[in-house]
Amino acid sequence: MYSSIIKKVLMALSGIFLMVFLLQHLAINLTSLFPDDGNTFNKISHFMGYNPLVQFVLQPILIFGVFFHFIMGFVLEYQNRKARISKYIYHKTRSSWVSKNMILSGLVILAFLALHFYDFWIPEMDYKYINFKQPDSLKYFHELQEKFYGQTTRTTIYCISFILLGLHLNHGLSSSFQSVGISNKKEKNLQRLAIIYSFIISFGFSFIAIYHYFVH
Amino acid sequence: MDLQLKIWRQKNKLNKGEIKNYSIKNIEPDMSFLEMLDILNQGLISSGEEPVAFDHDCREGICGACSLVINGAPHGPDKGTTTCQLHMRRFNDGDTIYIEPFRGNSFPVIKDLVVDRSAFDRIQQAGGYVSVNTSGNTVDANATPIPKPDADKAFEAAACIGCGACVAACKNSSAMLFVGAKVSQYAHLPQGKVEAKERVTNMVKQMDKEGFGNCTNTGACEAHCPKEISVENIANLNREYLLSKIK
Amino acid sequence: MENKAKMLSIKVVAETLNVSQKTIRRHINSGKINSVKLGGVHRISESELKRFMAGEVVDSNANKDSGFPLSNKVPSGPLENKWSKHKGNINLVSPANKRNIDIIVVGTGLAGASASATLAELGYNVKSFCFQDSPRRAHSIAAQGGINAAKNYQGDGDSNYRLFYDTIKGGDYRSREANVYRLAEVSANIIDQCVAQGVPFARDYGGLLDNRSFGGVLVSRTFYAKGQTGQQLLLGAYSALNRQINRGKVDMYSRHEMMELVVVKGKARGIITRNLVNGKIERHGAHAVVIASGGYGNVFYLSTNAMGSNVTAGWKIYKKGAFFANPCYTQIHPTCIPVSGEHQSKLTLMSESLRNDGRIWVPKKLEDADKIRKNQMKPTEITEENRDYYLERRYPAFGNLVPRDVASRAAKERCDAGYGVNKTGQAVYLDFSSAIIRYGKEKATSTGQDTNNIDLIKKLGKEIIKAKYGNLFQMYEKIADENPYETPMKIFPAVHYTMGGVWVDYNLMTSIPGCFAIGEANFSDHGANRLGASALMQGLADGYFVLPYTIGDYLANDIKTGSISIESKEFVEAENAVNNFIEKITKNKSGNSVDYYHRKLGKIMWDKCGMSRNQKGLKEAIKEIKELRKDFHNNVFVPGFSNGYNEELAKAGRVADFLELGELFAIDALSREESCGGHFREEHQTKEGEALRNDKDYTYASCWEFMGEQNHPKLNKEHLNFEFIELKSRSYK
Repeated sequence: MYSSIIKKVLMALSGIFLMVFLLQHLAINLTSLFPDDGNTFNKISHFMGYNPLVQFVLQPILIFGVFFHFIMGFVLEYQNRKARISKYIYHKTRSSWVSKNMILSGLVILAFLALHFYDFWIPEMDYKYINFKQPDSLKYFHELQEKFYGQTTRTTIYCISFILLGLHLNHGLSSSFQSVGISNKKEKNLQRLAIIYSFIISFGFSFIAIYHYFVH
Repeated sequence: MDLQLKIWRQKNKLNKGEIKNYSIKNIEPDMSFLEMLDILNQGLISSGEEPVAFDHDCREGICGACSLVINGAPHGPDKGTTTCQLHMRRFNDGDTIYIEPFRGNSFPVIKDLVVDRSAFDRIQQAGGYVSVNTSGNTVDANATPIPKPDADKAFEAAACIGCGACVAACKNSSAMLFVGAKVSQYAHLPQGKVEAKERVTNMVKQMDKEGFGNCTNTGACEAHCPKEISVENIANLNREYLLSKIK
Repeated sequence: MENKAKMLSIKVVAETLNVSQKTIRRHINSGKINSVKLGGVHRISESELKRFMAGEVVDSNANKDSGFPLSNKVPSGPLENKWSKHKGNINLVSPANKRNIDIIVVGTGLAGASASATLAELGYNVKSFCFQDSPRRAHSIAAQGGINAAKNYQGDGDSNYRLFYDTIKGGDYRSREANVYRLAEVSANIIDQCVAQGVPFARDYGGLLDNRSFGGVLVSRTFYAKGQTGQQLLLGAYSALNRQINRGKVDMYSRHEMMELVVVKGKARGIITRNLVNGKIERHGAHAVVIASGGYGNVFYLSTNAMGSNVTAGWKIYKKGAFFANPCYTQIHPTCIPVSGEHQSKLTLMSESLRNDGRIWVPKKLEDADKIRKNQMKPTEITEENRDYYLERRYPAFGNLVPRDVASRAAKERCDAGYGVNKTGQAVYLDFSSAIIRYGKEKATSTGQDTNNIDLIKKLGKEIIKAKYGNLFQMYEKIADENPYETPMKIFPAVHYTMGGVWVDYNLMTSIPGCFAIGEANFSDHGANRLGASALMQGLADGYFVLPYTIGDYLANDIKTGSISIESKEFVEAENAVNNFIEKITKNKSGNSVDYYHRKLGKIMWDKCGMSRNQKGLKEAIKEIKELRKDFHNNVFVPGFSNGYNEELAKAGRVADFLELGELFAIDALSREESCGGHFREEHQTKEGEALRNDKDYTYASCWEFMGEQNHPKLNKEHLNFEFIELKSRSYK
């Protein structure tokens, strides 16, 4: 059995890995805002979708990372709850809501992930590996527009999820520095980095969703 | 002032406890919180009841014996104070005050508000020391100069009074601040470097064995630490632990 | 015929002492045992054997004429060589034999924890006991100021001799020279040891250890860790103890109270304890018992001691035959936060260091003092000419930095005269406003700012005061709810430390063979008054460097004893005594609480055996304490059960002992017809109200011997020889 610290470090490292992926994901999605009718976006998306390295090496690692992160999250949460069987009648400590409710924001993100897979990933898998349709390098931008343009419910759910994702990332990033032994208390810049990063991710994705909600 | 007290009463480790209500009158603002409990207890004794048991000793904020979760906060509403340093002027006439023990599986209740914190002792025993014999035949105290910033950092970590408020405040009942403070103290000093690896390994092992939860960096420990020990020490602990695995 | 019958052979003596015949022969050759040759064979008289078993030394020069029944075992020879000579001569126990010897240590403060750790390190099997939930909570932790050591790192002329001299003088010439010199001698080692253990002492910017100065001395020899020196040293000793617990050499019993000492054939062989969690009465056997249970300041109810600090361990051994020395020597610390009302449960010390910058005063006019007490006037409204800086007035040379006993008495004198400044009339001012202005001006001058801008000066001055005493000011504000930067602090003396305690010889053994006392629990090193930062030094010196050696001298005769059976009738009797006490004390179903009696006792002690004592008051005190004790045993109500956690029951046991100690305290104070150190008899003072010592008749330690519940204790006098220091009267004018 791993020690509590090792578990925390694995949690932090898998988190940082997912954050790097998110940054990459955002960078690609931002190209959908280019005024070139989605040309760049389509090109990159197509590359990602058919490059064997991405598809058969990076994608499984990513999926493993996602699973590992949330399963470990549940395990830790379970153990942590178990550490205090006799609960407080009244417990009100001086710590932020986000830091205390990572499991909640995590669950929202997980639910969002399910929706997101349902929206994009499953159709893609269906397209490629079940129906073996011909590669179409121009479909991605169109799909994106279809999902968001005028779609109030989906856009709202996405945006709320992005806000919670931002909060989750903010605590997650600064906390993962702590977990790997770099004090975020001493290095104030790390806290700033976490705020900037989580804002960029949360605002960036939301902006893309809202943009496509209004613009066709 | 007059107050309503909601106090956790529990006969012993095995019994189930419950909150009981008490009202208390004519409390002076200059009294300390524990003196208020003394008065409650004197009243209970004179009516033939058992007094409320709570841990306390030095009553000047250094021994670490006093505990109590007061209105949801370990050591009460003031920052950087122990329960024994809390005074009744902090409360208003008519207030209701919840008083509970420090909770956590590793801190089983002995009676009422008294808990068993010997898990902390066992963690210290596992490695919280420098293995120097006590003959006094060591090198001269000034043989190894220690840079003042390091000495100060070591001191700040060593100021921990071992009260357990960090565990009580943490939603996960994690003892990382306590362990981190001890590990950091030695990590900042040349005397502690020799056994750094064994120390951190053994202390963390014992900590896990005692059943404390994991740290999720909520920072509640630091916010409720009566000595305001920094969570920086938790990062130090993590680093020391990882280095011990790599080296 | 009769004489012949009392002569014993070497074989018999060896069996009685449980050592080899070879050892006995060695003792005969070295002169430790006197023998007579009868028919060419050594024969030892019974009385000689008794004397040897009691641990007396034949060649000791002290106490030959004084009628003191025991030897203090102080070695002869020059002061500087006594300790090394003694170490060289005493018996040792071989490492193989140490494994077979058990030692009990009661108390885990600086002395107890360091002794447990060191004894275990040497190879003995140690059982350590404390009543707190963890050994780390012992009240040594609350010491603020620092620890003295003759390191002379500052190069200001310090030496072992100077530390020795200061301690003897500070103790008003009522301590044993050889013990004090040894303390000074080992002091430097303590610092080395603690640094090696990782104790974070304060350091200067060069990375070397820093020192500060304390009252009553002319050098800087105090090592410190902010205002938490005691905490850091105790945690150092606690870590050493933990290391031995981890090695399996120490069994730690937390939340255990020592209830009785077990004496088998004249030797301490174990203790009876009560487990404070489940109430179980337990027997513990050992070859030696070490008492390190601290001082008895709580006999005054209100003191700076922890709530649980008690005399029980020391008192139980007194009643089993250990002499109790100088119980009336109590240190009253001048700078504590005054009592705020009837509810007060304990007093908080403000470090002595504050007197470096604070000026102590009361109003000059009675009517001003009266207005202040009624809250009709503020201290800041009293002008300079209407303030009485009484310490500066009475002691121009030392001013506010006179020793603790002098400062305390002066405060009491003013308050008794009606000049006290809080609502109870029991407080004086400690004022930092002059220091703030002085520092502010210095800072403004050195940084080239406007020295006429009073607001700026005050601001700068406050910053400097904050850097020096910030944590103390904060502590004061938390308790008193007044801002000491703006208005003077109110302070009053409070009971702080007890110099008296169990009598011990040079080996730190009490008058019961096999029973030792170390740290504040013994009487040895501070005489009638302790200097600041010396308590920590003594505790660690006893525990790390003295007892672990000297105990071998006794235990060397015990290597063949084998493990101590706890089934003997002495253990059964001791356990029965404890059970009887508990049964009796818990029999009432209603009555007064334990605290009720403790408070009453405290009031008698404070009023009549406090800062100044007189014959009439002491006699009254003895009578009142007797009555109170009787009332206590008849009417005390201890709720709850004895078979579980019951703090009231634990307190009842402690207060029962305080009620007996209090009487002895008063008897001792009554018998000492002089004023010395912390003991001030109103009958013995100069015209100016200064203490008047009587060296001709009282240069001795009063060692009280228990003679049974109904009898007056017997006074044994250990004469104090001053071979190396000339007795002088202290003057701080």
